[in-house]
Amino acid sequence: MSADAGSGPGAAGGPGPAHATPPPRAIPGTGEGRLHRLVALVNDRPGVLNRVASLMRARSFNIDSLAVSHTDQPGLSRMTITLHGDDVAVEQAAKQLYRLIDVLKVQDVTSEPTIEHELALVKVRATDANRAEIAQIVELSKGRVVDLAAESLVVEIAGTEAEVDAFLGLIRTYGIKELVRTGAVVMTRGSGSIEEALKR
Amino acid sequence: MTKRGAAKAPPSPKTPAAAQPAAKVAASPAAASPAARRSHVPGDGTAHAAAVEQARREMLREGTAAKAVQVGNRGSRTRIGADALCEALLAQGVDVFFSYPGGVILPLYDILGDYPELRHVLVRHEQGGAHAADGYARVTGRVGVCMGTSGPGATNLVTGIGTAQLDSIPIVAITGNVPSALIGKDAFQEIDINGITLPMTKHNYLVRKADDIPHVIAEAFHIARSGRPGPVHVDITKDALQGETQAPHPTQDEIVAGLPGFRPNMDGNYRQLKLAATELANAKRPMILAGHGVLHARAWDDLKALAEKTSIPVAWTLLGIGSMDERHPLAYGYMGMHGWKHVNRAIQSADLLFAVGMRFDDRVTGNVRTYAPYARIVHVDIDPAEIGKNVAVEVPIVGDAGRVLKALLPMVAAVAPEARKDYFDQLAEWKHESEGSSWHGSGAWRDGLLSADYVVQRIGELSDHEAVYVADVGQNQMWLARYAGFRHPNTHVSSGGLGTMGFSVPAAMGAALGSDREVWAITGDGGFQMTFQELMTLVQDRIPVKIALFDNKKLGMIRQWQEIIYAGNYHSAHLLGPDYLKLAEAFGIPALKASSPAEVDDAIRFAQGVDGPALIWFEIAEEQNVFPMMPAGKGLSDLIEKWGGAEE
Repeated sequence: MSADAGSGPGAAGGPGPAHATPPPRAIPGTGEGRLHRLVALVNDRPGVLNRVASLMRARSFNIDSLAVSHTDQPGLSRMTITLHGDDVAVEQAAKQLYRLIDVLKVQDVTSEPTIEHELALVKVRATDANRAEIAQIVELSKGRVVDLAAESLVVEIAGTEAEVDAFLGLIRTYGIKELVRTGAVVMTRGSGSIEEALKR
Repeated sequence: MTKRGAAKAPPSPKTPAAAQPAAKVAASPAAASPAARRSHVPGDGTAHAAAVEQARREMLREGTAAKAVQVGNRGSRTRIGADALCEALLAQGVDVFFSYPGGVILPLYDILGDYPELRHVLVRHEQGGAHAADGYARVTGRVGVCMGTSGPGATNLVTGIGTAQLDSIPIVAITGNVPSALIGKDAFQEIDINGITLPMTKHNYLVRKADDIPHVIAEAFHIARSGRPGPVHVDITKDALQGETQAPHPTQDEIVAGLPGFRPNMDGNYRQLKLAATELANAKRPMILAGHGVLHARAWDDLKALAEKTSIPVAWTLLGIGSMDERHPLAYGYMGMHGWKHVNRAIQSADLLFAVGMRFDDRVTGNVRTYAPYARIVHVDIDPAEIGKNVAVEVPIVGDAGRVLKALLPMVAAVAPEARKDYFDQLAEWKHESEGSSWHGSGAWRDGLLSADYVVQRIGELSDHEAVYVADVGQNQMWLARYAGFRHPNTHVSSGGLGTMGFSVPAAMGAALGSDREVWAITGDGGFQMTFQELMTLVQDRIPVKIALFDNKKLGMIRQWQEIIYAGNYHSAHLLGPDYLKLAEAFGIPALKASSPAEVDDAIRFAQGVDGPALIWFEIAEEQNVFPMMPAGKGLSDLIEKWGGAEE
């Protein structure tokens, strides 16, 4: 074994702490994960969703939600990717996304003022006894009953992920038969535009 | 066969319609039968079903569609997708490609005779073709091309494509696929090769129309060689190869305009360059770490200029070998897991690492926590994703190695070597000590057994260090990296990232077709036995590769790990091999065996004297290890230099 661990800054000839233990090198990232929102503009071509999903899987980034749609520009799609991770890991994810030829622009909007929206449809168990009660909760939560049936009703609720979560928390006691969520879509506030920034 | 069977046969079409008044349509025997059964064709009657049926029929008569439009020589027959492919390859300057025919790529072979400028090398296995394209790309700096058919042809290419991906080698791999109407139907030799290569290429394509071939091929080459190079896979359906097309070839400007998502950042940010210059000026024990990016950018002169102006020694990664002449006074050596102890020592005590075109791979850093604990890091790389991926750095610079080094040169302060006298003295002392402790001038390792490092050294010396040396993977690869003595860029070829055994012989094949230099394939008996089918290709195409087969009758690196890390629990480390002289003879390749140091020089000279491929069977010591060695997960300061009392 070599004795390199002891060859500190002074080893090259000058004076110095001959056997000072060097501090461990920082590994990239803080390890403190939080929710991040990435907006990506991508070519609207077959397989692009697969490329994005495959990359995230291969590099062990965990996608919480992914919403894809067209933009108003032909050939251009927009993805909103929600993922957990520390800032460095998410930056790495964004950089890896940039390596894809079909990815034109990636923006981490987590720290920016944004509008965030998610839509959920919930099929809730309902009886004659509690239907009015549920309807009231729906109304107070700014949701909408979109289908009525003998033993259930379907509620449409939109808002931030947290608002949808809160609503689900209220309604869960009645029994959720079915739930679908679109995943969050976000847009930055103000007149700045990621599409215009693209300068195609 | 039986009478019963004959009785059950449907009525012949000649049966008079009048005999079956109930049948409305007597067009087919099935329809004419009393209980007309429904069609077996899903969605029969639709255009899609007709296309599928047509495609199926064409699968059974391979190539006939191309023949149908062929009316004489190249000039007057219809231009089909395969023609567009050949034209596109020629437009990209391709002079040779490595391929193997198969059902759906036959339309290409049908017209290939019309393009004598394209040299087709018939490999014996598609993996060999992919490695050959890779070897060709590494020595020429141009894009290598390999091809194969669908299904197994395509999956055989995969290991070679992965090898190119991990080492950022520009190759374009082209495969045929089943007719587009059959895609997704599990047709004969159909596999989702596009899905397979998607995560292991820089980009990939599925071409379903002949008209798309010109621009896709041009894009593929542009993507493969621009920015951080890498492999691109183009999958072309059989009907696209056969279809008629008048599609023109795009200009380079059109290609660039059509790829808005691909704009590699070539020039370093000026502010970052200023910061880097300051770091260089302040450092007392700086070290330049040169990687593969320096070779990709052809920036070896810029590297030397910067090192000389600032008097900073240069260490290199495995794939950075050749970025500096090893005789240069500032050339310090090869770093990492099996690198030189003095180099790792210098890195561990450096106060600044100026890393160019390398990615702080785990084989380079070992445990990141204990890596270069005193060093600030300036990291130059063309791929932003590499910066901050494995180690946190102080000054990131995104850009092409050549352009960054050129821009930085006038910004850095000149430092005279005398100003670093103490530092240089220390480095020289470490180097002397390290080289002295791991070198065997005698050529013998224990009791007259042939020492592998000695053989590598003699191959280097007897070829005047002017040859191209292609490593396989394992001990032979490390011996080559350490002891051959490299003086020129792109003369060292090695599968560094993927570590693909069996790489050497086929990659050397491609290297020999791309280079005027003598080409040596350095391989162990394990890797050789994986791909030696290409020996026949060497013979058939008269490709003058000199093969140095290091036979220790072991999977040497496996054996070394089992000895040191797995407490001597050897399993599958012993490897039986054939009589390699007889093997070479069977292939028609001149061969010699050398088992003692005295035989080494003559054997090497013999191989050099052969006009064409030659093989030397070096019977080396069976239990020689590569030292020093950094155990995986340990740090650069935890090098193992000897084991069990044996001095290696």
